Amino acid sequence: MIAVIDYGAGNIFSVKNALDHLGMESELTSDAQKITAADGIILPGVGAFPEAMRMLQKSGLIPTIREEAHKKPFLGICLGMQLLFEKGYEFEECEGLGLIEGSVIKMEEPDLIIPHMGWNRLERLNPCPLMNDLPEDSYVYFVHSYKAECEDKYIAAYSEYGGRVPALVTDGSTVFGAQFHPEKSGDVGLQILRNFGGLIK
Amino acid sequence: MLAKRIIPCLDVRNGKVVKGVNFEGIKDVGDPVASAKEYNRQGADEIVFYDITASYEGRGVFLDVVRETAKQVFVPLTVGGGIKTVDDIRETLRAGADKVSVNSQAVQNPQLVHDGADIFGSQCICVGIDAKKIADNKWTVYINGGRVDMGIDLIDWVKKVEQLGAGEICLNSIDADGTKAGFDIPMLDAVCRAVSIPVIASGGAGKIEDFSEVFEKTGATAALAASLFHFKELTVGQVKEYCRGKGVIMR
Repeated sequence: MIAVIDYGAGNIFSVKNALDHLGMESELTSDAQKITAADGIILPGVGAFPEAMRMLQKSGLIPTIREEAHKKPFLGICLGMQLLFEKGYEFEECEGLGLIEGSVIKMEEPDLIIPHMGWNRLERLNPCPLMNDLPEDSYVYFVHSYKAECEDKYIAAYSEYGGRVPALVTDGSTVFGAQFHPEKSGDVGLQILRNFGGLIK
Repeated sequence: MLAKRIIPCLDVRNGKVVKGVNFEGIKDVGDPVASAKEYNRQGADEIVFYDITASYEGRGVFLDVVRETAKQVFVPLTVGGGIKTVDDIRETLRAGADKVSVNSQAVQNPQLVHDGADIFGSQCICVGIDAKKIADNKWTVYINGGRVDMGIDLIDWVKKVEQLGAGEICLNSIDADGTKAGFDIPMLDAVCRAVSIPVIASGGAGKIEDFSEVFEKTGATAALAASLFHFKELTVGQVKEYCRGKGVIMR
């Protein structure tokens, strides 16, 4: 069973819909025991970094997430991916979950349309099991105004938008993060979720 | 590089597609879920449902359509029409929409755009605008489906909309709409230069070349069409293939 963490942020139903469609068993939950008992964890999220951290703080789930993320496949999506890093700079400096070294900064380039909204191509940098069986030309759907800044070794794939935008990141072990929305990225996104399911024993 | 988006729009009344689509293999031509699935199959980058229902009961049926589509179609879904309050936005997003589109209500109550962006994030607030030319390089904003001129300067309005926190603008040209003579290039160009949020071109698409033209001549990041796709004059796939051939980046 995959625990989809429900901490009051964003449209978590789309993630659930996609998992249902793929026949992957999942449950929306904010219960630490269920998260601990789950075989995999997804941290969704839409909105602002500090507000999301505050809501996670309030839910009391942060210690559970930090511990469980190293024990079983863990996928952060969009803001959920950004929260994996050590620090965020959306409106104010804010501590993240610190599961991957790096920070989250505003996308700022002259003449760059913000948010980065729409379909962009995945440019592969490092091997990652979530990219198994993807077509060479794989586009995924992004909506965000902030991006991760981290070492190349954590970046499985990036997209080009006013420079490199880390798209799929991993600690090389159990922690994964997708800046894009796999649940809204058509067949490519569904394959990525299927691959994530494949990691679950 | 970011791909340009092709977006089919479906007008829905009482849970049925207006001017029913007659796709092969779809028995109920008025079934919005089946139509959305077909557009998804054709490669639509996003799907827009526009609710033109007037009644409360119709609204419930419409949200059921959104809910059912979100279970079967895994590309972004934008929902417009009938959204007047923050609660309406919440209800629509909870039904499975990724974005809501507000038009007249944004003009009459700009606070709705601000509050919606504040609570749910800019990324899910699209402001739809109907505008009409009054002089060279001058346009005004209309509401109620293009029937009432508000006398508001379009460029002032789009800047305000951006400031209020909208994540995107869907710009419909009243002059071009229904003419099939192509998108309103001067108006789109002026708006794209005035804001730094994404702009969707709407109104006027009549032939395949219109799509590549709007991407070549303006900063629009997406193009929307309704009847052209409804009546199978073109498929989304044909449009994307043509644009790709013209060097426009497409998914």
